[in-house]
Amino acid sequence: MTAALWLVFVVVPSERVQGVVQRIFYFHVHLAWMAFGGFVVTAGASVAYLARGSRVADRLAEASAEVGLVFTSLVLITGPLWARPIWGVWWTWDPRLTMTVVLWAIYASYLMLRRLGGRDEVILRYAAVLGVVGVLDIPLLIVAIRLWRGIHPAVMLSEDPDAGLTDPIMMWTFAVTGVALALLFAWLVALRMQFAALDDEVEALTAEDLA
Amino acid sequence: MWTIFRKDLAIERRTGEILFSLLLLALLVVLVFAFTLELERLREPRLLGGLLWATLLLAGTLALGRSMLLEREAGAWTALALAPIDRGSVFLGKAAANLLLLLIAAALVLPVMAILLGTSRLAPSPLLGLAILLGTTGMAAVGTLGAALASRTRAREVLLPILTFPLLVPLLIAVARVTSAGLVGEAPAAVRPWLVLLCVFDLVFLTVGWLTFDHVLED
Repeated sequence: MTAALWLVFVVVPSERVQGVVQRIFYFHVHLAWMAFGGFVVTAGASVAYLARGSRVADRLAEASAEVGLVFTSLVLITGPLWARPIWGVWWTWDPRLTMTVVLWAIYASYLMLRRLGGRDEVILRYAAVLGVVGVLDIPLLIVAIRLWRGIHPAVMLSEDPDAGLTDPIMMWTFAVTGVALALLFAWLVALRMQFAALDDEVEALTAEDLA
Repeated sequence: MWTIFRKDLAIERRTGEILFSLLLLALLVVLVFAFTLELERLREPRLLGGLLWATLLLAGTLALGRSMLLEREAGAWTALALAPIDRGSVFLGKAAANLLLLLIAAALVLPVMAILLGTSRLAPSPLLGLAILLGTTGMAAVGTLGAALASRTRAREVLLPILTFPLLVPLLIAVARVTSAGLVGEAPAAVRPWLVLLCVFDLVFLTVGWLTFDHVLED
């Protein structure tokens, strides 16, 4: 992570057209991918929980949704910071932006259900149902929003050979930040799962004490 | 499934509680639009489609929460779970009852809106009916599932819209376009992709609700 920060802020040259703000993109893109990946993990773990009822699957679903939501929030914060100087506006109803904000809302509602419901067996099952339903909504969302509006930069597939990530150092930085953020994501999820396991243990012990 | 459907409608016929509150709420939302937005602009027929769905969404969500709450009261939920029927049919039955209520509400609210807002240059086509049918079906499916999920928590009135609004985004985008097209008499071919999207949305959420209700109704 430190290495990634060093690369992003010190080593990498600024992009020709966009200048310094472009550096934010090294985080923004990976954060977005991690966040979406996290939501897919939540859905997968939810299916596993509904099928087998394993507590670990449920904890994974919750942890991944929580970290995913934090990452999505960061995407939504870093995005406008970049967009303001480059596009001239903080926000635009571009398909990807719209998608991200709706996804954010779906998973905020997922975590809300868990908070308001408590740690009861039934709520865990309800949350799993919502985890699955949420991910099924994504393809429909993509189609709907694409049809609705159709200026997001596709940096990697840019047609202008001079633009985008031409410098090998840029490529390296991009890769290193990717790995660093993936590790950070996994570490946070693991930490969150441990915490949930401890929480369950405390609850079990308290119940024993009361009995 | 039909038993559940008839049961819900029988309750509704006797009390009229949900439909009445749905219509009253819808009317109030229309008044809010009239007071808060510029009246001159609201005459535009293309806006009516969007306004109709915003109204139905706000009023419908509150009303649908009621229908699930009735089950939670007096232990009916446990009885449903114990009943020797497929649990998916419980979902379909309740969704069908909710659909009928939403359809009635839409049919009554739309003309009232057009009159109150003084919408000009309307040319309704059969496409309008199709749009309303497809839209209310998806809303009933998502609303029924969401209401069931929210019903176990405290603060369920707040949670229901939080759960359903984001899920309904694709439906709302599509149905507002198709409804506007139906209101001004555009050809259905112009909105074909939207119609396909609506059908797929309805199918997906009816199927998902039907399949997952097994887990939802198991207390």
